[in-house]
Amino acid sequence: MRQSLTLGRKLAVPSLRSSRLSLSALPATALAGCMALPLVFLASAWLQFDLSTWAHLWETLLPDMLLNTALLVLGVSALTLALGVSLGWLIAHYTFPGANVFKVLLVLPLAVPGYVLGFVFMGLLDYAGPIQTVLRSWLGEHFEVEIRTLVGAIIVLSLVFYPYVYLLSLSAFREQSASQRDAARAMGYSTWQTFWRVALPLARPSIAAGWMLVVMETLTDFAVVRYYNVVTLSEGVVRLWVGQMNREGGLQVASILMTVALAVLLIERFLRRKARYTQLSGQARPIAPTPLRSWRGIAASLYAGLVFTLAFGLPGVQLLLWAIEDVSSAPPGTLDTVFTQYLANTLGFALGAAALVLLVAIPLAWALRQTAQQSSPAVRSVIRLATLGYAVPGAALAVGVLFMLAPLNEPVSALTGGAVLFSGSLIGLFYGYVVRFLAIGLNSVEASLEKVSPSMEMAARSLGARTGRVLRQVYLPLLRGGIASAALLVCVDVLKELPLTMFLRPFGMETLSTWAYMLASESAWVGAATPALAIVALSILPAALLLQRMESLRTSL
Amino acid sequence: MKTINYSTRVALTGMLAAVVLASSVASPAQAQTQVVNVYSARHYGALEKVFAEFTKETGIQVRLSSGSSQALLERLRADGKQTPADLFMVIDAGTLQLAAEEGLLQPVRSEVLDKAVPPELRDPEGRWYALSQRMRTIVYNPAKVKPEEVQDYADLANPKWRGRLCLRPATHIYTISLTASLIATRGAREAERIVRGWVNNRPQFIDSDTRILETIEAGRCDVGITNHYYVGNKLKANANFPVKLVWANQKGAGVHVNITGAGVTAAAPNRDNAIRLLEWLVTKGQGPADTHLPGGNSEFPVNPSAQAPKVLESLVGTGFKIDYATLRQYGKLQADAIKLLERVRYQ
Repeated sequence: MRQSLTLGRKLAVPSLRSSRLSLSALPATALAGCMALPLVFLASAWLQFDLSTWAHLWETLLPDMLLNTALLVLGVSALTLALGVSLGWLIAHYTFPGANVFKVLLVLPLAVPGYVLGFVFMGLLDYAGPIQTVLRSWLGEHFEVEIRTLVGAIIVLSLVFYPYVYLLSLSAFREQSASQRDAARAMGYSTWQTFWRVALPLARPSIAAGWMLVVMETLTDFAVVRYYNVVTLSEGVVRLWVGQMNREGGLQVASILMTVALAVLLIERFLRRKARYTQLSGQARPIAPTPLRSWRGIAASLYAGLVFTLAFGLPGVQLLLWAIEDVSSAPPGTLDTVFTQYLANTLGFALGAAALVLLVAIPLAWALRQTAQQSSPAVRSVIRLATLGYAVPGAALAVGVLFMLAPLNEPVSALTGGAVLFSGSLIGLFYGYVVRFLAIGLNSVEASLEKVSPSMEMAARSLGARTGRVLRQVYLPLLRGGIASAALLVCVDVLKELPLTMFLRPFGMETLSTWAYMLASESAWVGAATPALAIVALSILPAALLLQRMESLRTSL
Repeated sequence: MKTINYSTRVALTGMLAAVVLASSVASPAQAQTQVVNVYSARHYGALEKVFAEFTKETGIQVRLSSGSSQALLERLRADGKQTPADLFMVIDAGTLQLAAEEGLLQPVRSEVLDKAVPPELRDPEGRWYALSQRMRTIVYNPAKVKPEEVQDYADLANPKWRGRLCLRPATHIYTISLTASLIATRGAREAERIVRGWVNNRPQFIDSDTRILETIEAGRCDVGITNHYYVGNKLKANANFPVKLVWANQKGAGVHVNITGAGVTAAAPNRDNAIRLLEWLVTKGQGPADTHLPGGNSEFPVNPSAQAPKVLESLVGTGFKIDYATLRQYGKLQADAIKLLERVRYQ
């Protein structure tokens, strides 16, 4: 995916030490292989085909899981594309009251995890909630909107995921030049036709990349669908494995889930294979935004305002009110010790995962660079395989990691005198994090490595600089941005992450996300609000920074 | 440039944090602090107060790890002999029985425990003990429903409740164990007829007993099934809470009972502390106040000498019949109950 987006600055990288290459690539290949293991393990579940497990699944939940997963992905895709593209188009090409503010505000829902928005909407909007209660008093006893449905889940997930499409289409529309538009206009296209026939097709690769993220996040959710009574594949993994203690069934559904996710990824890549558009140079004349006057401007503001209010404003206020209620009713002292502990765990996990992702990503990026000119497809494909972890939904990956590490428990613990327990330890958890978020780190680092052209290194060396100095004075300054944004992206993702944290965390280590989910799943919304609000607050700044680093986001897909 | 420097520092701090975290796992608990590790499926908040009392009295720190009953059992199995858990405390007798039969809990004999917990509320071999009792029973809106209409779980299968019934989803252990007890007392066929009848009534599935009560209060449902203490807790907050409760199946075997119970794990690293906590919970931990285990959550104590929470007095009335006979069969019938629920497409 990213090749298509960074085509413009791909550089020929002559390998500098080709003689040592095969040896130096070995550790990197082994490292990448380790990261790909859970995927291989899950895939191998297909080999342990057990007819009775399958027959039972097929007779009971599997058809519903497949159908609901398909409908959920379709619904969320349609809604996020509609919201994201329309908002991206509005903000890129028009000015209207508040446009500059909305440009930033519309990204903020990225800071709200689905399992948070899901429970806030539940508390506000279900039959017993305040909004329907008021509506009934106006419209009569029989007024009812059922929200615990597939449609409810689609709306919640779309409101938290549309910013991916918005961000990427916004940047794609901005890149398009005025000459393209003028050419289209000269041919007699209306604004509407220009959008459909020129702007949208040109932006398609970017939009598709955003959509891909939406699909992956949708497939990984098990919490929102559970609140809203929708049995999907992810929910099914949790239902069978944790709820019914049916390991074989859980593993089977996990492998189906992974297969579905990978299939979507490959189909998307295949469809986009031929569609690579790049702006040829930076000299294109940018499109000056058109002011929207009178009612059009107001309508645009209202639309952007409505989306923001639903996705962020309203839930934010409700969370704040609940959190105040929670804090003021808790016995003094109890909440802050618990809260501090969970906050510390959350930050430790996020920072630790970011550090480990980088520790793995940097050597892999280096190996990719070194092998760029070589015909060593093995090395490269193992590394590419390792980055597929991002496409493995959290619940499936958790099953993979836990089952894969389980046989190692006894030997490892015997070897270390009982000090280390593999599964259900930080080792298992961080392993899961690295597998899942490696792609983000690797692509960020790789993109910034490309900024270092071989001639820079050669110039430094011909001036007499040794390896250490080259690294310090040439590579480090140029890589710093990429490393920082990779760390930031991983941090935010881990902060909000639920399934891996939930199922792989060690004894007693609650995080803000597991705590919020556990209380919310019992509908203890007031208690869940404090940790939920903390997650949102911690993620807001990075989400806003993403807008500025749109470029790095695009390359990291 | 500023953000970059900051982020680099953040990344470095992260690496440091990872090392610190990793080493903190490797080092075993310090010998001088007495601890007891509890896998707990209770997260009602009030529980922390009970443990705080215990720590105040004994100096033993209680470390909690929460999760659903099933998730904790799965975790205990995965841990094997390396489990850090000393006490396995869940909100379901079936899960306790399964853990006991798989050898994950060890027999504990103690005069204190035997005296405090009646025989029907503990494992005969002492592998688990009940700590509090909860009844899963029928709740209704008295403005629209007469109590005579909802005397038994089977009554809710009557088609007149179509669209008026609120139930908890099949994923929750409460639903699974209630179904298991129906199988135990009435046989698989009758149990299936009843549960299928519920499903045919197109119930509204809500994964929260509190919200089920609120939805009945708001008028969307007229009848439902919840644990009794949710009504108790509602009454504590508002003495005029309108939704009422019926003790189900009084003409038959009695109302469905489940427990919060606990057992000492087979490989408990702090076995003595675990037993001490267990003994404490069934003696000093019993009682009506917020600082007691049953009291904090409007549940019934297991210790016959302990008082029930005041709020339950009006609900208990002249007493009622409880189906203790099936309590130890929930585990054995759990798999059958899950299959039954799947067969009738209970959500």
